[in-house]
Amino acid sequence: MPEVTENDGHTLAPGEDIKYSTCYMCACRCGIKITLKYGKIKYIQGNPHHPTNQGVLCAKGSSGIMKQFSPARITKPLLRKKGAERGNAEFDEISWEQAMKILTARLKHIRATDPKKFAFFTGRDQMQALTSYFSKQFGTPNFAAHGGFCSVNMATSMIYSMGGSSWEFGGVDFERCKYMFLFGVAEDHDSNPIKLGLAHLKDHGGKLVVINPVRSGYGAVADEWLPVKPGTDGALIMGMIHVLLKYNLFDKEFLINTTNAAYLLDMTEGSEKEGLPFLLAEKDMEQTQHVVWDLKTNKMAEAHQLNTEPALLGRFKSPDGRTLTTGFQLLYDRVMKEYSPEQAATICGVPAEQIERVALEAGIMARDEVITLPIEWTDVWGRDHKTVTGKPVSVHAMRGIAAHSNGFQTGRTLSIFMMLLGIIDRPGGFRYKAPFPKPIPPCPKPINSPDLIRPNTPLPNPELGFPSNPDHLMVDNDGNPVRIDKAFSWEFPLTAHGMMQSVITNAHNYDPYRLDTLMFFMANMSWNSTMNTGEVMKMLAAKDADGEYRIPFLVVSDAFFSEQVAYADLVLPDTTYLERHDVVSLLDRPISDYDHPADAIRQPILPPKGDCRPFQQTLIDLAHELELPGFADADGKPFLTYKEFITGWESAPGSGVGFLAGWRGVNGDKHLVGEPNPNQWEAYIKNNSFFEIELEPSIRYNRNINQGYLNWSQKHKLIRLNEPIIMHFYSEVLQRFRLAAKGQRPGRQPATDAQRQRILKYFDPVPFWYEPLEQTQVPLKDFPFHAITQRPMPMYHSWDSQNAWLRQIMGQNFLYMNPDKAAALGIADMEWAWVESPTGKIRVQVKCSEAVQPDTVWTWNAIGKMSGAWNLDPDADEARKAFLLNHCITDEIVNEFTNKRISNSDPISGQAAWYDLRVKIYKADETGHWPQFQTLKPLPHMEKRADILRYEFMRDKKK
Amino acid sequence: MSQKALVIDLHKCVGCHACAANCKAWNTQGDAGPLTDTNPYAKDPEGVWFNRVQTYEVGKFPEVEVVHLPKSCMHCKNAPCVEVCPTGASYKRVEDGIVLVNYDDCIGCKYCSWACPYGCREFDEFEGVMKKCTLCVDRIYNEALPEEERKPACVIACPAKARAYGDIDDPSSQASRWIAEGKGYKLMPESGADPSNHYLPKRKVNIHVDKEALLKVAHAHINAARNIACDTGSVSEDVAQP
Repeated sequence: MPEVTENDGHTLAPGEDIKYSTCYMCACRCGIKITLKYGKIKYIQGNPHHPTNQGVLCAKGSSGIMKQFSPARITKPLLRKKGAERGNAEFDEISWEQAMKILTARLKHIRATDPKKFAFFTGRDQMQALTSYFSKQFGTPNFAAHGGFCSVNMATSMIYSMGGSSWEFGGVDFERCKYMFLFGVAEDHDSNPIKLGLAHLKDHGGKLVVINPVRSGYGAVADEWLPVKPGTDGALIMGMIHVLLKYNLFDKEFLINTTNAAYLLDMTEGSEKEGLPFLLAEKDMEQTQHVVWDLKTNKMAEAHQLNTEPALLGRFKSPDGRTLTTGFQLLYDRVMKEYSPEQAATICGVPAEQIERVALEAGIMARDEVITLPIEWTDVWGRDHKTVTGKPVSVHAMRGIAAHSNGFQTGRTLSIFMMLLGIIDRPGGFRYKAPFPKPIPPCPKPINSPDLIRPNTPLPNPELGFPSNPDHLMVDNDGNPVRIDKAFSWEFPLTAHGMMQSVITNAHNYDPYRLDTLMFFMANMSWNSTMNTGEVMKMLAAKDADGEYRIPFLVVSDAFFSEQVAYADLVLPDTTYLERHDVVSLLDRPISDYDHPADAIRQPILPPKGDCRPFQQTLIDLAHELELPGFADADGKPFLTYKEFITGWESAPGSGVGFLAGWRGVNGDKHLVGEPNPNQWEAYIKNNSFFEIELEPSIRYNRNINQGYLNWSQKHKLIRLNEPIIMHFYSEVLQRFRLAAKGQRPGRQPATDAQRQRILKYFDPVPFWYEPLEQTQVPLKDFPFHAITQRPMPMYHSWDSQNAWLRQIMGQNFLYMNPDKAAALGIADMEWAWVESPTGKIRVQVKCSEAVQPDTVWTWNAIGKMSGAWNLDPDADEARKAFLLNHCITDEIVNEFTNKRISNSDPISGQAAWYDLRVKIYKADETGHWPQFQTLKPLPHMEKRADILRYEFMRDKKK
Repeated sequence: MSQKALVIDLHKCVGCHACAANCKAWNTQGDAGPLTDTNPYAKDPEGVWFNRVQTYEVGKFPEVEVVHLPKSCMHCKNAPCVEVCPTGASYKRVEDGIVLVNYDDCIGCKYCSWACPYGCREFDEFEGVMKKCTLCVDRIYNEALPEEERKPACVIACPAKARAYGDIDDPSSQASRWIAEGKGYKLMPESGADPSNHYLPKRKVNIHVDKEALLKVAHAHINAARNIACDTGSVSEDVAQP
């Protein structure tokens, strides 16, 4: 009898095994438990021990097997056939040796001559710790991941305001929250934790308020729905702020202690200090000190002193005669004058009564239902507290707010709403996740001069970072952008995640210069991840008069036969998430929860299929081929595998900080900081592939001013200094840019009037609402509908069109619109219609829906596919009926100050403005989706599509 | 008596299809599998799913509700599918009330799918037999699984914790408690089938606000704050009126 064994409570039959890894059917990265039999995957379920998903698993994660066995898998390195055109997907299969030789020769030459001619942009890999390091060591500034077209407005606006942001760096304290605002589409970020959280909220009778033009997904379980018009959330939140101010429902103590709302600002016009905090330089003090107006003594006083009563409102004079006021006063003036609920209602379409009521509900609950936990802690001013207090009101927002050209200021508005309620990092509210909070803004600064790009030399600083002032921009002496995506330029200054959406357009236009090699990893930039899809496909295949491609060499790494692969010159076949070593690192985008800094690994469950190779391993190999420094241990022994790199690499020699935080030190007994441990990987495997460490209760709250936490965080090298992180109610950073634009600030200043005017208009240190840029250029009467997308819960972008199970749940999308509006246009339910914007049009099938704001139409994101892509049948619904809205979304708008073309993005953060689209709709005479492109032929080496699929497990069944 | 069943809370269900997909993943490799898919990569893909989620809109804008309704075999007490089955392939177990199909005896006549008031039968074209939810009978008694996992796959997977499983004839079971506390109801009771699965209705959380009282307090406070501020420092400008 073969032996029966046990593993984690399972009695395993002969040949059976249980392994733990990390899901990657979406970016949520849940723990998974995989049952294997004779080395094959039998079943994937949630890991019950895992902090992220606690045993549950969504539709995507549950369908991982079908991703693994998709016939769209690419398993050979491919080189575009001689004479074949880009886009036709005609390739020669080559060996890895040939592939690496071609790529190495090319990159070696670029690195030795002009490293910026290599651009490396990655999709949703979430392995930016490695990919950015590779680019930095290569010496090119032209690196970014996909954040610029994802949700960077949420990340930057919140990080620049409160030192943390929604999703990976903060979120709702669902266990105690009783009133939750959910803004915009959030069904994808993050997936299972929000669903688990909503269950908590419902269990204790909490109220969910959904603010979204569309009621679907989480909107279905909302207690109240605010059908806001797209791009007007900022006005709506301002209306709510008006109510909080009017009814005195703001947390004065929180504002004074943890934000700069009461700091006195020097309002002396024309000075280099205008609008900056008035600072006191004490004789015996090394540092300058912020000041407040003390109502007790009627004098200025140092901020954060005991026995003072700082004024939030008022205008004052300093002893030397300067006019002073507070950030709170400036916001108060603006909100009271311009944003009553009635004024907000005319912009956002939500009735004033409803805006006022929900603001009152939240404000009163925050004031009256104080949560008190018997936890002692000490603040940064040395005051001991017997308890931690909080309010059961919270907020979550992602792309709905982010994907507009006014999203940065809207995110700032939202952050201030949260500060007024006093709910940040307190029980029941919005809590940070390690490694956040970080200083405002965080320390890393992008390289800021073309002179720092040198042949055969790594960059001295990272490519990406958080500018604090114009001197951190990556511009040349004439004020021109240096990066191919024009990130960190005067036009797009705070582009912390880069602007991947601009790369192809700019590279095609040689603007600002011609690239040599462009490499994409896990990104579908010729299809659903680009605006203006049809034109961008042409740009990818465009040639100069001499017959050379305008983008000379295009390298694509992907595991599947995507639309992007069709345009590649060189294809590097990647593995699935079940075939690789991988990390989810605290250096990158971790899976920490509020009380537990955490990270995780992926272990190979199966061997790589065919000749595919984990892309991370390809990068390590490439680094060695190119002789990049920094891919070896302290003794100079090279890391040959990615697994060795994960466990052996340190952020600096002897820093003790590496990709994984758990079981560091030679004996594996140190956490977060410690020497590399040769057995670290095995320790993770033993702990079900993740690591978490529990924070002491005293350092779980008020972390931006919690001395114990800041000491802990500094000791473990999550932050450099253990100084208080005072939130930017008033944005000093934006004001510094403004001063530069006004010519009042020493250091870098804009080079042109257009640059000055753009900064002056949008870099307001007090948030405001403005009409999304594209909409100011599109006549409302001609294009009366807003058009947006939502994220389906069972499908993640275009990742799973090849998934036999998930495509049964969602293989066609429709255009959802109000039935009365459709009827007025003569369009009946399920009829076909044209959707047209000033730059593109598509023919789509209409479904009438009452669950959408009537001036808005919407559809699911990324369901439409090019015929034959993803190895689907050419006549699959995804190709013939489903559609992308992208064809209608312009990649460029008119720069109002130059009348020249400029990226359709937020003028502060560079976030792609997907949701600013406006369209007209009219009845179509024909049916079926338009436009149609060429049909891609399956690659010869790919598996044949099955006609019948029966995923069973080595059992004989009937027939 | 014992009647195992599912209870589904529509107040919590977000319509994510996790229950449906994980059901498919477990059952295709389990005792009731495989769950055949036809045209898996072509037009009109269709497969056997023991659990499907339907979505409905109720009402007119803006007073509109969206309801997600996951649906699988109700394991009826008077199961019409069992009554009409000419071969006895469909049967209801005495010990726990679970309705099952013996594939070996099924002739694929589809009487049961016509009889089922809930549309919860799934015909496997490839095998020519009728299939359906087994309530994961190969999990719930499976001693090879850890005890906490001896539940239907849909219940374990559900990220919104909107599903309970248990014996509805035992008032102390989690399922019975949910029904009692959440006003659980049966879908289409008029069918006469007496379905065992139950649904909990949507509920609304409302909060009362006394605006008048609030306004009084607020004005007093803000005015006080403003006067104090104005009296200090040499302020000449007006502070905005609330």
